[in-house]
Amino acid sequence: MSNDKVIIADKLTKRFGDFTAVDAISFEVNKGEIFGFLGANGAGKTTAMRMLSGLSMPTSGKAIVAGFDIYRENEQIKRNIGYMSQKFSLYEDLTVKENIRFYAGIYGKSNQFIKEKTERVLRQLHLSAEADKLVKSLPLGWKQKLAFSVAIFHEPQLVFLDEPTGGVDPVTRREFWHMIYEAAASGITVFVTTHYMDEAEYCNRVSIMVDGRIDALDTPQQLKKTFSASSMDEVFLKLARKATRAAD
Amino acid sequence: MKQFLSFVKKEFHHIFRDLRTMFILLAMPVAQIIIFGFALTNEVKNSRIVVWDQSKDAATTSLINQIEASNYFELDREIYSANEIETSFKKGKVKLAVIFPPHFNEDLLHFNKAQVQLIADASDPNVANTLTNYASAIIMDYQDRITNERKLPYTITTEMRMLYNPELKGAYNFVPGVMAMVLLLVCTMMTAITIVREKEMGTMEVMLVSPMKPFRIVLAKAVPYLMLSAVNITSILLLSVYVLDVPINGSLVLLVAESLLFTLVSLSLGLLISSRAESQQTAMFISLVALFLPTVMLSGFMFPIENMPLPLRTVSNIVPAKWYYSIVRSVMIKGVGLHAVWKETLILAGMFVFFLGLAIKNFKIRLA
Repeated sequence: MSNDKVIIADKLTKRFGDFTAVDAISFEVNKGEIFGFLGANGAGKTTAMRMLSGLSMPTSGKAIVAGFDIYRENEQIKRNIGYMSQKFSLYEDLTVKENIRFYAGIYGKSNQFIKEKTERVLRQLHLSAEADKLVKSLPLGWKQKLAFSVAIFHEPQLVFLDEPTGGVDPVTRREFWHMIYEAAASGITVFVTTHYMDEAEYCNRVSIMVDGRIDALDTPQQLKKTFSASSMDEVFLKLARKATRAAD
Repeated sequence: MKQFLSFVKKEFHHIFRDLRTMFILLAMPVAQIIIFGFALTNEVKNSRIVVWDQSKDAATTSLINQIEASNYFELDREIYSANEIETSFKKGKVKLAVIFPPHFNEDLLHFNKAQVQLIADASDPNVANTLTNYASAIIMDYQDRITNERKLPYTITTEMRMLYNPELKGAYNFVPGVMAMVLLLVCTMMTAITIVREKEMGTMEVMLVSPMKPFRIVLAKAVPYLMLSAVNITSILLLSVYVLDVPINGSLVLLVAESLLFTLVSLSLGLLISSRAESQQTAMFISLVALFLPTVMLSGFMFPIENMPLPLRTVSNIVPAKWYYSIVRSVMIKGVGLHAVWKETLILAGMFVFFLGLAIKNFKIRLA
């Protein structure tokens, strides 16, 4: 395999009984890329993402994540990826610092590393003054940015963001994407699912899942051209209308 | 190991920051033992009685004096007609009426047979039962004394000794029961709820993506509760010995070891529940209905298992608290060693392995 591919999926399939949630998807994600993973609810995005992040075993197919096989090298994959869920997953009853310490701790980082990096991250987030405040006292936008910083704190090769901007106002969303660009510039590959089509425009490449299959995969510009659409919104609607599967 | 420690530390933060959790974990066991030890007791003291003495002779006076002299009864007043019995019961304070027919002493002396009637307010059957027993015992005692004076040719006297609990104190029964309840509550319910909370908040998912092994995660969640249980075991035992005067007759080491074993069973049950429940409410509901009720009803602590119908007796065998309760009573009150409770110990150990295995299997299925 080549070193500039962070994800290589080959006919990756997941069945639950008779139901094929993910139907032989194949795609590649390059290092440092911001990869948009789109699809209507129930299209199979979450299942695909769970397989790639080691939360779920595929029924068939192959995949290499961060250079490791998802069947055999689950442990190494886990060390090299980060994950942020749509719920932000911070502990509201812990302080900002304690949250960082905890997540860095379960990745086995040294105290020295945690201490130095915590200060740097808090300064970047302008959260130094709030370091010892409980997370529940922070506004939603700050929680979201903190959650992202926590997800990449251990410096993974790849970070999965599962609808990271749900319920956040447009200004904060823009600031958040700024953080995503910075992470990508520092070499972290970003794999992001979203429902906001304007966000899809920010991605380097976008894949659109329909009924468990990837029906389109290209740069936003190219997709708009192929589907002769003026926006990603239109592209998405054209594809999603073909879906036969009911959304969950 | 470092992962594990940062996890345990975080778990203690959760516990110490939440006053309600702290209260349930540390104050409730103490409150329970005190409530059960002092308030819930079968002993009846200073019950008010009325006496209708139609004889007024030496024998009745002496008997009434004896009844009054006991701790159990206090003479409310004398009455002079049958109607007054019910009127005094209806006022609520009086629980027992003692009625001597006319010529009590004469009957006793001439026919060797006299009658005394006890009428109890059985709207509370347990109290009525206890009171009539106490009163009969005092009357029997009086009879014994006069028979001795007159030397009847054949008499059988029963002499009773209550071994292990000579004063028939309720606390001897409640302390082992409360220990079982508290450990179950702390370990099972709290562990289940705290794990399910992580599922609800989405933090569980993030941890499962981390290099931390699922089994380690649940283990790290259980450790703080194991430690708090050790604190609870200590405080309950201290309270029982120094406040409730319940002795520890057997080996303290064995008692603590058995308690830790029961804690492990409870923890594994908590893990099992958390692997199935999707919301905190479900977890709490399952813990209360499937565990707490059987523990109270079927462990032998409230109701004797020997008196239950066969199906219930059979069911009681799968209630872990039943075995633990029996162990604690044997070790703490009777003072026996491991040789007397090895069977129960083995059953608890088996339950621990079984529940833990099932819990781990369930977690794995979730991940597949």
